[in-house]
Amino acid sequence: MHSQQTNGRSLPKSRTGIRGLDEITGGGLPEGRTTLVCGGPGCGKTLLAAEFLVRGAQEFDEPGVFMTFEETTAELAANVASLGFDLEQLTREGRIHVDHVLVERHQIEEAGEFDLEGLFVRLGHGIRKVGAKRVAVDTVETLFGGLPNPGILRAELKRLFHWLKDQGVTAVITGEQGDGTLLTRHGLEEYVSDCVIILDHRAEGQMSTRRLRIVKYRGSSHGTNEYPFIIGERGFTVMPITSARLDHEATDERISSGMADLDEMLEGKGYYRASSILISGTAGTGKTTSCGHFVDAACRRGERALYFAFEESPAQIARNLRSVGIDLKPHVDSGLLRFHASRPTLHGLETHLAMILHDVQEFEPAAVVLDPITSLLTTGANNEVRSMVTRLIDSLKSHGITGLFTSLNSAGDADLEQTDADVSSLIDTWLLLRDVELNGERNRVLYVLKSRGMAHSNQLREFLLTPQGVQLAPAYLGPSGVLTGSSRVQQEAVVRAEQAERRQELEQVRRRLEQKRAETGAQIVALQAQLEGVEAEFKAVLDAEAAREARLLAAEAVLARSRRQTTEPEQPVPAGSGS
Amino acid sequence: MTAESAPAWHTAPEEEGTWDLRLYVAGRSPKSLQAIVNLQRLCEEYLPGRYTIELVDLLEEPQLAEGHQIVAIPTLVRKLPEPMRKIIGDLSNTERTLVGLDLKRRSDII
Repeated sequence: MHSQQTNGRSLPKSRTGIRGLDEITGGGLPEGRTTLVCGGPGCGKTLLAAEFLVRGAQEFDEPGVFMTFEETTAELAANVASLGFDLEQLTREGRIHVDHVLVERHQIEEAGEFDLEGLFVRLGHGIRKVGAKRVAVDTVETLFGGLPNPGILRAELKRLFHWLKDQGVTAVITGEQGDGTLLTRHGLEEYVSDCVIILDHRAEGQMSTRRLRIVKYRGSSHGTNEYPFIIGERGFTVMPITSARLDHEATDERISSGMADLDEMLEGKGYYRASSILISGTAGTGKTTSCGHFVDAACRRGERALYFAFEESPAQIARNLRSVGIDLKPHVDSGLLRFHASRPTLHGLETHLAMILHDVQEFEPAAVVLDPITSLLTTGANNEVRSMVTRLIDSLKSHGITGLFTSLNSAGDADLEQTDADVSSLIDTWLLLRDVELNGERNRVLYVLKSRGMAHSNQLREFLLTPQGVQLAPAYLGPSGVLTGSSRVQQEAVVRAEQAERRQELEQVRRRLEQKRAETGAQIVALQAQLEGVEAEFKAVLDAEAAREARLLAAEAVLARSRRQTTEPEQPVPAGSGS
Repeated sequence: MTAESAPAWHTAPEEEGTWDLRLYVAGRSPKSLQAIVNLQRLCEEYLPGRYTIELVDLLEEPQLAEGHQIVAIPTLVRKLPEPMRKIIGDLSNTERTLVGLDLKRRSDII
């Protein structure tokens, strides 16, 4: 759609409303032109034509005429009802006109020149009746079986396609697949030159897959690949749903992984919303349990979660998770959690992927779990399939859905990190679960291999499955590597003993200090007393000295007085002053 | 006994009955006009007094095309005698037209 809008000469397009088809055609079928849809029996041409009409009437306010040669009106209505469309209702509302053309060879005698004006009259009448903008003709080649003189039919069909163009309606003509060089049995592609779509339904390796390919689209660029599609309960879905452009928005919002210890390793906040997370590990390392925590956390936040289980039944998963303290039943009951369990081999692989997208679109979850994604990768085992998974992950991202995928590695894999290289570039947060064998034990460790956009922990943690869920214990580095299990317990005991010892030492020192403090206190008291004694002594001496001084002065005074009484002339003494 | 059965008694043997025919055309196209001319000539020649022709112009009554399952133009429908037969084309092939009208056996023309 994007590239076409910038191109001024591009054709106007008529949206089909069919999921995925408008994307690969860059906006729909050529407006006012005729598109040929061809394929073998049971490939879905009739339903494609019908959905094009019904969606036109329902979603784009473009009424349509359906001219059917093979199915009666009632049969057609029943068939499209399986896609959830009510053709009879649309007919009653005057938005769709269905005309069943019945040609019975045994009733017909040809006696001279004829044309197919009757067909034109009928189409024209239908178009005028509902004001049709769209026309579907399915399958016009049936006429070759019902009427004589192929030469006339060919000329008339050519005229029909010109006539449809003149009517300005967007038309879909279906045709039976031809053999050899012809796309259709009677070479209809000769007359329809604007757009040709081939539908295919084939089995490969015991898996059947529906595919769609645009052979030709005049005046427009289009995807040339074969695109898988499914016919589901809500009509067609053609992969891819989204374009493969990298334009999804990045959010800063963080959501919990459901495991407090893991959140702590991821800056204490958990995953980014709408990111894709891969948990890879060997069998029995706790991948499914991690998924359980994740969906549990999502549902607790009140968000919808969709769990695709490819190797276990939902009941089995629920039971196993209960044993580690995760109860998903309330979430299933409240409708927040939905399980979808099936083996990828049940349908074709591409069909399976398309169905996943289909379910995702329908349920609109905030979190999706694919457990394990490797069963998708290994079933297909070709590059095309890998690119499909790429599209799937991409599509989840662009819809703002947080995707959690598990990857099962074979135990003997020397380099676990290499195994998932195919998808690793798409993954934002990659957790690795590993078995560590030591001292006759097998224990699990977890580490964050990468986590884009956050300063994640670089630690190796031991992954413990407890009745309260997953706990991540710090792992110890010993002389022979990481210590886990009983080695870790032993190491923890050693550390505890050391700690106790240190505590004891400390206590001793503290006690010595107390003692010293007491001793020093006593000494201070003694010295104080001593000092006070000296001070008292000093004061006594001072007092004594003062007393002595006083006495000396007094004595001197007495002596002076007595001396004056003997040496009168020296100092006149007033009369009566002495005694 | 009745008034309706009286002419049939006079005009045709009972085992042959009446030909109830309807010709669908589209306006005044050459093929349509040719068919009308041919049909009238054949009926006068082989079924004098034992036929009725109803002419339907689909350009005027297009809704009838769907109801009567008409695809080719011109189409002559033999409603009676039963079973119903459709003869398409401008009826310029007299032999085939007579086979279609049940006035001649197919083996006679091969």
